[in-house]
Amino acid sequence: MSERLKISLTRRYSFAALHSLRSPRFSEEENLRLYGKCANPHGHGHNYVLEVTVAGPVDPATGMVANLGDLDPFVGREVLEAFDHKNLNEEVAEFRQCVPTTENLCRAIYHRLRAFPGARLERVRVEETSKNSFEFAGESGEAVQGAP
Amino acid sequence: MIRVTRKVEFSAAHFYHNPDFSPEENRRIFGKCSNLRGHGHNYIVEVTIAGEPDPATGMVLDLVELKELLQREIVDRMDHRHLNYEVPELAGKIPTCENIVAVIWRLLEPKIRQGKLDRVRLYESPDLFAECAADSNGARAPRKEGKRA
Repeated sequence: MSERLKISLTRRYSFAALHSLRSPRFSEEENLRLYGKCANPHGHGHNYVLEVTVAGPVDPATGMVANLGDLDPFVGREVLEAFDHKNLNEEVAEFRQCVPTTENLCRAIYHRLRAFPGARLERVRVEETSKNSFEFAGESGEAVQGAP
Repeated sequence: MIRVTRKVEFSAAHFYHNPDFSPEENRRIFGKCSNLRGHGHNYIVEVTIAGEPDPATGMVLDLVELKELLQREIVDRMDHRHLNYEVPELAGKIPTCENIVAVIWRLLEPKIRQGKLDRVRLYESPDLFAECAADSNGARAPRKEGKRA
């Protein structure tokens, strides 16, 4: 009973976007070898699923770690409006400098959401497809890859 | 160490209301969840036990025993109940995912005889869950009030 509990809240969102995996540092052959069909210069798209986890004390007055009335509009403004139905390579500032792999997408989303004032951002997890998911929990951790 | 997860479901009613707030504050902070006539969810609980498999049985714990424990402590207590009125452990608390998951943790934790309770996850819908674990580093975060969608 005296044990302190850690409570987190996870909210799931989705967005659809185009990407193309190509690096200007590599030759055409290298891009094709590295990224396979994802290197198609015309791009392709995914229905991405984004899970945002926030943690912190539960406010006794509201029973909440974070109010979805705050979290939803914040994620909407910072991420979904910028990413949904967009070309990640051409329309999202972070990917002018780096390839929009889902690893880099996780990191970009994490940094966009870190300023959430309602609770501590613990983790973002992005499903590129139902078979591939990626997580990022801040600079001290590594972006990790795994099945959902 | 191996983690074993068992899932259980229950359906229950709730609403969010803090008597210290004005009617306007209750509406602003809790949004449509503040409707005093209540609403309900099909909750899904995922209970994870961590431990070393017994070399003789290959099992971390007896899953039948866990199933019966979850039935007794969660389903019998909460299924087809009104969480505001019928679950004494939640009396005086707003029955949010966060508070329910903490209640479930406290109900289960002392009764796990094999392995150790590692994590409890409570889904209110496929798009929202709260998770509870023993706090290893005492994380703290700022708070802000607002409306739950």
